Formats: sequence, C-alpha cells, structure tokens
Amino acid sequence: MKKYLFFIFCFLSLGVSAQVEKIIPAAPVPPRLVNDYTGTLTSLQQEDLELKLKNYDDTTSNQVVVVIVKTLNDYEPYEYATALGRKWGVGNKEFNNGVVFLIAKEDRKVFIAPGYGLEGALPDIICKQIVDNEILPNFRDNDFYRGIDEGTTAIMQAAAGEYQPPEGYADRGNKEGVPIVLILLVIFIIAIIISRIGGGGNDGSFMSRRGYRDTGVPPVFWFPGGGSSGGRGWSGGGSSGGGFGGFGGGSFGGGGAGGSW
Amino acid sequence: MKSKNLTLFIVIGAILLLGGCGCGGYNKMVGLDQNVKGKWGNVQSEYQRRSDLIPNLVNTVKGAANFEQETLTKVIEARANATKVNINADDLSPEKLAQFQQAQGEVSSALSRLLVTVERYPELKANQNFLNLQSQLEGTENRIKVSRNDFNTAVQEYNTVVKSFPNVLYAGMLGFKEKGFFAADPGAETAPQVNF
Repeated sequence: MKKYLFFIFCFLSLGVSAQVEKIIPAAPVPPRLVNDYTGTLTSLQQEDLELKLKNYDDTTSNQVVVVIVKTLNDYEPYEYATALGRKWGVGNKEFNNGVVFLIAKEDRKVFIAPGYGLEGALPDIICKQIVDNEILPNFRDNDFYRGIDEGTTAIMQAAAGEYQPPEGYADRGNKEGVPIVLILLVIFIIAIIISRIGGGGNDGSFMSRRGYRDTGVPPVFWFPGGGSSGGRGWSGGGSSGGGFGGFGGGSFGGGGAGGSW
Repeated sequence: MKSKNLTLFIVIGAILLLGGCGCGGYNKMVGLDQNVKGKWGNVQSEYQRRSDLIPNLVNTVKGAANFEQETLTKVIEARANATKVNINADDLSPEKLAQFQQAQGEVSSALSRLLVTVERYPELKANQNFLNLQSQLEGTENRIKVSRNDFNTAVQEYNTVVKSFPNVLYAGMLGFKEKGFFAADPGAETAPQVNF
C-alpha cells in the first residue's frame, strides 16, 4: 500500500512539472526578446527594449528575455520562469547563458531566472537586489517600462564579460540562405524596373513588346526551381532583417530570485 | 541425432534473436543509466549547496539575543545526520533513495522551523547578512526541486525501458536494476517558505 501511494505521489509530482509547460506560451515566431502578452508596454517601448537586448545578445551572446504575462496560474514564479527558459531554449546550448525576466502582472510578481551558465554572475542575492532596488520601486509607481529598463540594464551589467560570442555570432540569424535571397530580390527588383522602363510596361498593358507573360520579368530572372522555393526565400528574408537571431537551446536549473509589488 | 541438432539450432537461433534485440536494448539502457547518474549528481550537489549554507545561517542566527537554542540544535543535528547518508550513483535502489529523502526531509523541516522562529526576532529580519542567506536558501530549495524533478523524469524513462519486454528478461542479469525516485514528500510542505 505504501509503495502504491509512493508511485501515485511521484506521478502526480511529475504531472505538475509537465503541466506548467503546457500553460507557457510557445516561443515567439519570429524570435523576440521582449514578449508582452498583456499590452503593458507601447510598441515604441518594446522596440526600444528589443534593440537594447538584441545588441547585448550580439555583443556578449548572453540572451536576456523579458516576458510579461497576466498570471502564473498558481505556479511558483521560479517554476514558471525555469520551465519557460527551458521550453524556449533561452541562451546558448554550450554556455547556458540565458536570463528570463518574468513579470506576472495580475499576480504582481516578478522573477529573474539566470541559466546555469550565468548563476555565477547572477547569484540569487544579486537577482534579489536587482528586483528590490531597480524593479519593484518603479513597478509600485506603475512605471513598468522604467522598471524593466533599469532591471535589464542591471542584469546586463552583472552578466557582462562572462562569455565571448563566437565568430560571426551576430550574423547567425542571416546565415541560412538569406544572402542569396537578398541578391535574388535585388535582381528581381532591377528586372522589374528594367522591364518597366525598357519594355514599355508603364502603358498599362501587361503584355510586353517581346511577348513575355504578365509578370513583366524576363524568364532569365525567374527563380531557379520555380515559385515555391522563391516563396520560401521571401519569408526567410523578411523575418531576419537585422532582428534578434534566435534562441540557442540554453537550460535552467531553478536559480534566481523574485519579489512582489 | 537429427532432433538433437534441430534443438541446438532453435536454441542458437533464439540466442541470436534475443541477442540482436538485446544489443540495441543494452545500449539504450546504458545511455539512460548514464543520464540518471548525471541527474543524480545534480541532485547531490544542490543538497550539498544547502548543507554548505547551514553553518553560516546558524552562526548568523546565533548572534541574535537569546535565540532559541533548541531550534538551532535540531538544524545542526539534522544536517549532521543527512551528511552521513551518502548514496553512490551505482546503487540508486528505491530503499536507499527513500533513506536519503528521509534524512534530507529532516533538514528541510528543521530549517523550516528555524525560519518560522526567526519571525519573532525583528533584529534578525533587519539583518542584511541574514536576508542574504535567506534568499540564497530559497534559491537553493528551488534548485533542489528542479533537480529532483529532472532526476525523477530520468528514472521514469530508465525504469520504463528496463521493465519492458524483452529487456526485462536480461536487464537484471546485466546489472540494470530498477531505480528509486523522489516521492512528493512532506518535504514539499515543510520546505522553508520564505515570503518576501
């Protein structure tokens, strides 16, 4: 009987850890470092923070992600932040140098969770001090942007110099076939312009003098492999126009500290 | 003579067949076993982290005017007992693990009582050193829970494979025994609740 209960308890506890992952939102596509699910920040403020954190990622490879949710659904802040960091893979797989800055607005709770690799730079007591000194006073004044701005700055300072980004790290998001797509894009645009000017495409007729079809592009400039590969290339090029290069699969161990306002 | 040969063929055939499955199964079990051992290492180091914090905590609390000696003694004793229960990663049997959990659970509840008692000492609650230790202790408890969860997941995976057919036929012979895991014990309720 005792052993039976033992098993039930264990599966219950396992179930809990699996459930918290279910209520966590899926990783943003395209990847973003500032994720406001509550509409607390204006889009200008979000862009500001995003740029700051993206530059920090590019220069240090440390990924600080800001997540604002309505509620933690009764999960402990550390539990939610750790599971989110693991699910999204914040930080590098090699260094585990991600930080989850979690804000639960309706629960009035905040938590800073460093990945395994940043626990040395951001021990619990430092996280606690950042929460108490930089974040909570601003949140109490209802100035969320300032709290997040000062909080991230403090995190960035504490974690600076821990890791060196590998060669070409900042461009990693653009590695995959994007240059080719960009070149094709330029050729495509030039082709249109040439065909419009040279081919008399401005007269409203979609049939050019030379009898090409209604795209206005000579066949020589069509994408190799047909429309489908061209289409994939377009979206690839669009999503990585200098934005955040993506999460790296870092892991978390439950460290960090939080507070309530 | 002929039927004897046939029996021999069948036996060899069965051995080859099982051996074939066994090789894949064996490699899988080795991998899962290593995974469990790795997670166990994490669990141990997180408990060690807590153990290392305790002397500091006790010393800080001791400084407070006539702090209850009994509470402190209990923490020290529980810690001393828990450090005696060491489990080798090669022998993670359910019994040993239950023993380990029991000993660490004592530390958890003793610490919990200590932190409740502290509520009656305002001078401690304003002591920066104590507050630092308190937040470290809370972070450590969180890490313990995470590492225990990871360990349980790894053990569950391992046990499932070891106990499934055909691995179950030879797993024991090859030394792959069922491993124990952490129950959601009373420790979950008595772990220091630190409210900021």
